[in-house]
Amino acid sequence: MFPIQKYHYAESVADAVQALAADEKARIIAGGTDVLVRLHGGNSDYGNLVDVNGLAELKEISRDGNGNIFIGALATCSEIIEHELIRKYTPMIAESLNTIGGPQVRNCATMGGNICNGAVSADSACAALVYELDLVIEGVNGERIDSINGFHTGPGRTSLQRGDILKAFRVRPENYEGFQASYQKYAMRGAMDIATIGCGVALKMDGDRISEPKLAFTVAAPTPIRCSSAEEAVAGRALTEETVEAMTRALLEDVRPRESWRAGKEFRLHIIKTLAAKGLRMAVAREGGSDA
Amino acid sequence: MHSMKLELRINSRAYELDVDVRKSLMDLLRELGYTGVKHGCGVGECGACTVLVDDIAVDSCLYLAVWARGKNIRTVEGECRDGKLSAVQEAYVEEGAVQCGFCTPGLIMTSTAFLEKNGDAELSREDIKRGHAGNLCRCTGYQTIINAVETASKK
Repeated sequence: MFPIQKYHYAESVADAVQALAADEKARIIAGGTDVLVRLHGGNSDYGNLVDVNGLAELKEISRDGNGNIFIGALATCSEIIEHELIRKYTPMIAESLNTIGGPQVRNCATMGGNICNGAVSADSACAALVYELDLVIEGVNGERIDSINGFHTGPGRTSLQRGDILKAFRVRPENYEGFQASYQKYAMRGAMDIATIGCGVALKMDGDRISEPKLAFTVAAPTPIRCSSAEEAVAGRALTEETVEAMTRALLEDVRPRESWRAGKEFRLHIIKTLAAKGLRMAVAREGGSDA
Repeated sequence: MHSMKLELRINSRAYELDVDVRKSLMDLLRELGYTGVKHGCGVGECGACTVLVDDIAVDSCLYLAVWARGKNIRTVEGECRDGKLSAVQEAYVEEGAVQCGFCTPGLIMTSTAFLEKNGDAELSREDIKRGHAGNLCRCTGYQTIINAVETASKK
């Protein structure tokens, strides 16, 4: 049996907030594919659980009259991947979630959990960063909306405060309309593996010029990151060998990959540059632009 | 530690149980005698404990038993009806997709959910591999399993 010390089944969002605020050690359990693995390993940081699985309103996926897309924090990877709105408007979210684990894991794991557990390797983090998601959070002082920019504060750490619960992601139309995007995951295996490096690219084309480029990486720094130097290096330029080179040079100012047993720093840097160049070409090609 | 009352169905048979919240669905099912649900890795990597919850494949080792409230759980025990194997089970036999057999119940459930969902589509071997990526088999080398899913998809 899992070493659960305290268990609270939340009856409403307000009830969940209250339970989380009342107990410093309380953690949310959603899909369970991370929390239960940690409990199975005897990690006592996860002993006090607030179960949010009864909160059906956090599972909804919808689009409002202004074009904002909402993804409930409790929607599973599979529900999001298969959802018509996501496939049509923000396909890179589906593309990235589809690289997580295997079918059984994706049937339970939630995008809310993938972002809120703060993993540096979270596959949906690149999509979250390039689509500049807003996070609809309920806390002790009511509802607020935070940006994904700055949400990740360190490995396994986020800006969520005690009592906070993520209710939904919001994608604003200006952050997806007209963009072409791609996600690439480099891992040792084709499935059931975490990313050695993950790379997300989104951009628009203005004639043959790249506009509003957005480049994001996982595992390239202590948090998932956007790459402002590399983005600046390609903005307003046509896709040429020089542009790609300028981007990979600028990238070195954005990333800080580490040495670990999974991969060496030099190797990670090589993968980062390779994925960025490939991702840029893919996004331009999807936009119908010519390849360098 | 408290327990919760739940009503659920297992292979369409109704149960009313008092379940310890610390228990996984895998533990609950095995205690009730559904030992076709195998305890493999316990962390959602091997898929030996795969069951269907309202027809969706999940690793029952990473699923709290209390989450099964109001659901219908399908295990390999329920796939054989009136002494007759399901199309998926039959195909596994025909293609020699069973060796030691430990992974088989989980794989049968994965294949069953996969084909119930995608059976009408044209399936490539790559599609089948992707659909079974959450199940490990250390004997067969997978080719006979993929063959079995192909065969079952035509039944």
